[in-house]
Amino acid sequence: MDFEYTPEEQAFREEVRGFLAENLPPKSERNKDFLATWLTKVREKGWVGFSWPREFGGSDGGLIEQAILREEMALAKAPPLGTSFMGLAWVGPGIIRYGTEAQKKKFIPDILDSKVTWCTGYSEPNHGSDLASIQCKAVPEGDNYVVNGQKTWTTGAAFSQWIILLTRTRFDVDVKHDGITCLLVSMDTPGIDVRPIENMAGDKHFAEIFFTDVKVPVENRLGTEGDGWKVTVSALANERSSIGEVTQMFAKLDTLKALVKRTKKQGQPAGRDPKVRRTLAVFETRVAAMKYNGLRYLTKQIKGEPLTSETSVNKLHRASLEIEMDDFAVELTGQAGLQLRGGSDAVANGKWAKSSLNWPNVVIGGGTPNIQRNIIAERILGLPKD
Amino acid sequence: MNFGFTQEQEMLRDQVRRFMTEACPMATVRELTAIDAPFSDSLWNQIAELGWLGLIVPEPYGGIGLKWIDLALVLEETARGLSPLPILSQALATAAVLRAGNDEQRANWLPALASGTTRATLALYDEPNWFDPKAVTLTGTTVDGGIELNGRKPFVSDAMSSDQLLLACHGPAGLSLAVIGQSQVTVTREPSMDTTKPTGSVHLDHVHVPDGCLMPLTNEDLAYLSDCGAVAVTAEMVGAADTTLTMTCNYAKERIQFGKPIGQYQGVKHRLADMFVDVESFRSLLYYAAWCVDDAPDELPRAISLAKGYASDAFAKIGIDGVGLHGAIGFTAEYDVQLYLKRSKWSRPMYGDSDYHLERVATLGGI
Ligand SMILES: Cc1cc2nc3c(=O)[nH]c(=O)nc-3n(C[C@H](O)[C@H](O)[C@H](O)COP(=O)(O)OP(=O)(O)OC[C@H]3O[C@@H](n4cnc5c(N)ncnc54)[C@H](O)[C@@H]3O)c2cc1C
Repeated sequence: MDFEYTPEEQAFREEVRGFLAENLPPKSERNKDFLATWLTKVREKGWVGFSWPREFGGSDGGLIEQAILREEMALAKAPPLGTSFMGLAWVGPGIIRYGTEAQKKKFIPDILDSKVTWCTGYSEPNHGSDLASIQCKAVPEGDNYVVNGQKTWTTGAAFSQWIILLTRTRFDVDVKHDGITCLLVSMDTPGIDVRPIENMAGDKHFAEIFFTDVKVPVENRLGTEGDGWKVTVSALANERSSIGEVTQMFAKLDTLKALVKRTKKQGQPAGRDPKVRRTLAVFETRVAAMKYNGLRYLTKQIKGEPLTSETSVNKLHRASLEIEMDDFAVELTGQAGLQLRGGSDAVANGKWAKSSLNWPNVVIGGGTPNIQRNIIAERILGLPKD
Repeated sequence: MNFGFTQEQEMLRDQVRRFMTEACPMATVRELTAIDAPFSDSLWNQIAELGWLGLIVPEPYGGIGLKWIDLALVLEETARGLSPLPILSQALATAAVLRAGNDEQRANWLPALASGTTRATLALYDEPNWFDPKAVTLTGTTVDGGIELNGRKPFVSDAMSSDQLLLACHGPAGLSLAVIGQSQVTVTREPSMDTTKPTGSVHLDHVHVPDGCLMPLTNEDLAYLSDCGAVAVTAEMVGAADTTLTMTCNYAKERIQFGKPIGQYQGVKHRLADMFVDVESFRSLLYYAAWCVDDAPDELPRAISLAKGYASDAFAKIGIDGVGLHGAIGFTAEYDVQLYLKRSKWSRPMYGDSDYHLERVATLGGI
């Protein structure tokens, strides 16, 4: 057991730090031009798709280097390494694993160069947690699939150029996971109707999408017909290590402590209130637990031991922290805590108020806590399925 | 970066696990913890033979020269089966001599502690739930060549089976540990909830402690030994909580109600999943704290407070739900899960409850 890094790893960290010192201006000076330059530069460094194979434009980056890169980026509060979050997180890895040579040539460079933004068409109005039951229909007709049906909660649908779409090509199956087919679809295709949906925080980040006789060339099928579930599951499993995430959580905790220090509760410094102190300490135990859980799991991966579903442990911590930390800040600051941006008494210009309405992004968007509990109970503890 | 165990450490873990299932299964634990059961010299000699008592003792003193992280592994595994053997007490007494003893005292005492020929225990505080130099109230008076102690030292773990008692007291030279042979005192076993953790009171009547048997303690030494105590207790909590979870999962897979195993109902399975999250989490925090004892001592106070601050309440809840999820059978004396609930109750205040540790996390975190 040790927490030392090898000289090569240390050198890599220094390289990232040096790069950030040179190329990342303070937040206030980051304008649009900056973002374009930033994206070109990190691309030149090979840090976009860092873990992807070199032949597809990645860097074959190792697990520890990936963790270091994410940690340093998070510490510096750097912007993302590309504009297509989903493209980098699972569409790209899915194409590398299951795509044809032509698909790789066509799609991968544009993801890495931030030329194309992808969205994810999995959920439907009647099928969310029970994703394998999806009904959106795709029928082969000559060189095309003809798609009819509806998707919903599709984040970024209104500004994405492509969608990874889960469809059903067979309905007469014994097991619902069979007969699902994954298609890569241009959002410009005739017959696609995107209708943005406003969320409780007032944003229109997700949308519902209607597909009417949408023609998708067969060459844009990812994986074999009927094998879409496997393709999807492997893509979802291709998840980010939590190291960068933990760094962000620690930073958020620090901001919360700073808020406590300048806030009064019943006329007294809030930081003296035993309940406030205890709540902050409990947050800290849980963020620290995420950190050391993450390092244990990373070590397992490095040793080549199989991870089962341990990542669900940190997801559950993250979900409850995501809700509780913002909620605590809002409660602590009383009526001022309710004011949004621009409010005369708004706290941190309404940042806490706003983010206290945004927890569903994390808590529902990536699989709900109950589903994570099912995963732990069934796959790790071996309890019977529902 | 490697937050995992070496092959040697995994072998040690396997060895302890084998010992617990073969030599000290629950039936034996129950026999050994019956009131008036004699101490098992045979088991003690076996673990001495295996080297577990000298793990943190440097080789020149007859030990193995390993670290607290190795000791934590042994404690985790022995607690899995609720071993009543006083390994924890022996380890803390050893840590005290290593930390506070002078060269002569180390040379005199460590070899016997490492080989197990002397059994010893450490008792720091006289107050039941206060961890501060002021919570040491036993006070000695100066006599020729040493001090004299009168009164009672409460809450002495494994006092009945210990040959030597290391008792914190205030003497003329300030805070000290007095090393006292059991024959010089009267020990009463206190009736306590968790019989696998026998605890006694030590009555001192004109007990003369020569200077050579006194080890001066700074406040930092006291805090360090408290933290070591918390590391040891939390390591045991990991093992005991993990077993509570396993036992309850096994039961949930077998017990059928309404035509299904109860583990299929989410009211049951989700609680078990949450227990897993908690055990995993305080396990990670504990391993880090145990590593800190030897490799990052400056970080030990925060690290162990994170771990025990988390574990104290989490294990208490696991103990209760472990029994609850068994239904009435969990309430029976015959069924083992109740012993784990008692262990969770014992662990909670030992070397600081969650209030104490979380308050320290807040302070160390700048609040
Ligand atoms: C901000 C946000 C962004 C999203 N972005 C996308 C996207 O880009 N693409 C996409 O495809 N989807 C997206 N989603 C959809 C997301 O994947 C689903 O919302 C999620 O899987 C839950 O499905 P549902 O909303 O239909 O809820 P349901 O599945 O209907 O669940 C409702 C409630 O029932 C519980 N529940 C369901 N099944 C069980 C069970 N077996 N046991 C116990 N409890 C259960 C759930 O935990 C939940 O509390 C997004 C969602 C959000 C909130």
